[in-house]
Amino acid sequence: MDDNSKLRELRAVLDTYRGIPGSLITVLQKAQGIYGYLPQDVLGLVAAELDIPPARVFGVATFYTQFRFRPVGKYFIELCKGTACHVNGADTIARTITETLGIADGETTADGLFSLKCVACLGCCSLSPVMMVNGETYGSLTPAKVRDILSQKRKEAQDNA
Amino acid sequence: MLEIKVGQGSCGISAGAGKVYDALQSALAEQKIDANLSVTGCIGMCFLEPIVDVYADGSLTRLVRVTPKDVPAIADFLRTGDASAVASLVIADEDSAFLSKQTRIALRNCGVIDPESLADAAAHGGYAALRKAVTEMTPEQVIDVIKVSGLAGRGGAGFPTWFKWNAARQSAGSEKYLICNADEGDPGAFMDRAVIEGDPHALIEGMLIGAYAIGAKEAIVYVRAEYPLAIRRLEKAIADAKAAGYIGDNIFGTDFSCEFRIKAGAGAFVCGEETALIESLEGQRGMPRLKPPFPAQSGYWHKPSNINNVETFANVAWIINNGGEAFAAMGTDDSKGTKVFALTGKIKRGGLVEIPMGKTLRDVVFDIGGGMRADKAFKGVQLGGPSGGCVPRELIDTVIDYKKLSATGAIMGSGGMVIMDESTCMVRMAKFFLEFTTKESCGKCVACRIGTKRLLEILTRICDGEGREGDIELLEDLCARIKENALCGLGQTAPNPVLTTIRYFRDEYEAHIRDKRCPAGECTALVRYAIDPDKCRGCSLCSRKCPVGAISGEIGKPFVIDSALCIRCGQCAEVCKFGAVRKG
Ligand SMILES: Cc1cc2nc3c(=O)[nH]c(=O)nc-3n(C[C@H](O)[C@H](O)[C@H](O)COP(=O)(O)O)c2cc1C
Ligand code: FES
Repeated sequence: MDDNSKLRELRAVLDTYRGIPGSLITVLQKAQGIYGYLPQDVLGLVAAELDIPPARVFGVATFYTQFRFRPVGKYFIELCKGTACHVNGADTIARTITETLGIADGETTADGLFSLKCVACLGCCSLSPVMMVNGETYGSLTPAKVRDILSQKRKEAQDNA
Repeated sequence: MLEIKVGQGSCGISAGAGKVYDALQSALAEQKIDANLSVTGCIGMCFLEPIVDVYADGSLTRLVRVTPKDVPAIADFLRTGDASAVASLVIADEDSAFLSKQTRIALRNCGVIDPESLADAAAHGGYAALRKAVTEMTPEQVIDVIKVSGLAGRGGAGFPTWFKWNAARQSAGSEKYLICNADEGDPGAFMDRAVIEGDPHALIEGMLIGAYAIGAKEAIVYVRAEYPLAIRRLEKAIADAKAAGYIGDNIFGTDFSCEFRIKAGAGAFVCGEETALIESLEGQRGMPRLKPPFPAQSGYWHKPSNINNVETFANVAWIINNGGEAFAAMGTDDSKGTKVFALTGKIKRGGLVEIPMGKTLRDVVFDIGGGMRADKAFKGVQLGGPSGGCVPRELIDTVIDYKKLSATGAIMGSGGMVIMDESTCMVRMAKFFLEFTTKESCGKCVACRIGTKRLLEILTRICDGEGREGDIELLEDLCARIKENALCGLGQTAPNPVLTTIRYFRDEYEAHIRDKRCPAGECTALVRYAIDPDKCRGCSLCSRKCPVGAISGEIGKPFVIDSALCIRCGQCAEVCKFGAVRKG
């Protein structure tokens, strides 16, 4: 989608919600759905269009973990750090990802291929430790399994290129 | 007619149920097998997913841990009726007992009905209780039945549901709201997700009955954003219920009208706290309000509002249908009915367990859950997540009841039950929860914002081998002050994981502080790796793997680890084929 059609879509969202009090979070969710993240000028536009002070829009956006302010990589890894995953070794899995890709929580690889985000519970606790890559869940992880999944993704990206 | 149901909750799908479903669908079409293939929610036996249920003339054959490779054998079974083709997939008797030992009320239809079919829900009694409530009962009578049932809030605090409903009903004003808390923030719990994904109409029906009782014209479900499948199924269920006239104007031809909508959360644990949830619903940062006034007086848009948990609502229709007495007949003097737990951690059979109050923790962990997964000693149960505590092995016979569990220092909580064995370090467990609460503290009050941070710093230094004499007392003192001064439940309960681990596992704290030793072998800074010369074959694999060159030796002879160089990454132990690397 090009910038113009994204903007058109965002304006349609703003038109729908402008008159409905309490819709800021919903609007931000939809904006992130369109852009993949929340660029600074989008936050500014939302503030102006909904007539909410920019500081408040920014305050709400930074409060919730769902919102991000930088684009994410092609493969978005969400690693569960919930209680069940903790007990079953999520820290070892985190270390493996960091060693393999050279990124820590919240970072993206230089080639823009992978981003890592640690989250609290994906609701699949009986398969712990668990991670999600672009919405697909991988359970009962071991360091070896994680390394396999990551190299498989890397290969997939190379084949597509 | 053959009926085939594939369990497709989030857990089943993660285990590969979608692929099994697709493979079955093509096999049925290719081989022209006359069978009705459908989807169902999570039956709670997550350790056996993917699960395929085959009903032939009403009798059930349950196939477990099914993969697409098993589909040809299943197709043979469907065509011939000869179960020997799938003998290796049929559920074992001891695993069946996981279900047969439960009493399912909130989960009555989960894993049984198709969650995307209103007709299926109706065939299982859906919306009969709503009809009865709005056409045959006054709102006061509904509240009375709930009072008799003894139903208490399943979201954690265990407050009597009828009391809240009554307070909201009594509040002045005609604009009132009924809200469902589906934020399910306890990391390690998934009861509410399973209810919404498996039986969304039970939630909608319970909420509509609640709305009728308090006099609300709008019902809102606040669902956490991490549950996309639950949101999707609930959206469909709401649309279907609306089309059938269960939602909207003049429900069942009466003058009761109620609208219904979903609001997706955006990821903040504190939004599970009811006043923070209301702030979030209004599009603000989810920061709690001071109570009183309580939501029943001044809630959403400062109108009287009632907030209940998903499981609380999921019990309501059953109570209206069966009577308050039937519900109150289960449980103890203090706690009535059943409770759903999400059993996870080092347990052999992990999943959802619904049992009558009054059973013991032992019943759940050992009788139903089958004990520990590996051959390790059971250490304790964590209940109530970041607001709860750890109950040790010695108290495994504690009865499941609000008061009895609180007496241990833990809480009933919303149902998270994480099992720990001897390889779990309790200091690190406390640190884990404080990392969570520090991150999730909204920052409004000092006690929570700064207090949890200080707790975390002390716990971190203990785990790093830098604990000092007096740290335990310092933790206890700080905990008492945070409990006393925090604004909302998050801060007031954040010390619980620290206090209960000190109370029951003080020796582990002392070992970390005094002997610089982690008895469970989990705290990396305190762990030492060594090579057992009797087991080492001198293959050099570990020394080649070691990222810092800390392992040396001669091929064919035992290698040694220089512990001054070792960074304790554990890769040597992971790669050794002879189990020669010891951790201690
Ligand atoms: C920090 C915090 C988090 C909470 N999280 C939840 C939650 O995720 N789900 C829930 O139902 N209740 C949660 N509660 C409890 C709610 O504030 C509230 O008591 C509950 O939703 C009322 O419903 P009930 O009476 O049916 O239990 C939380 C409370 C606190 C203090
Ligand atoms: S704790 Fe990791 S999925 Fe729940």
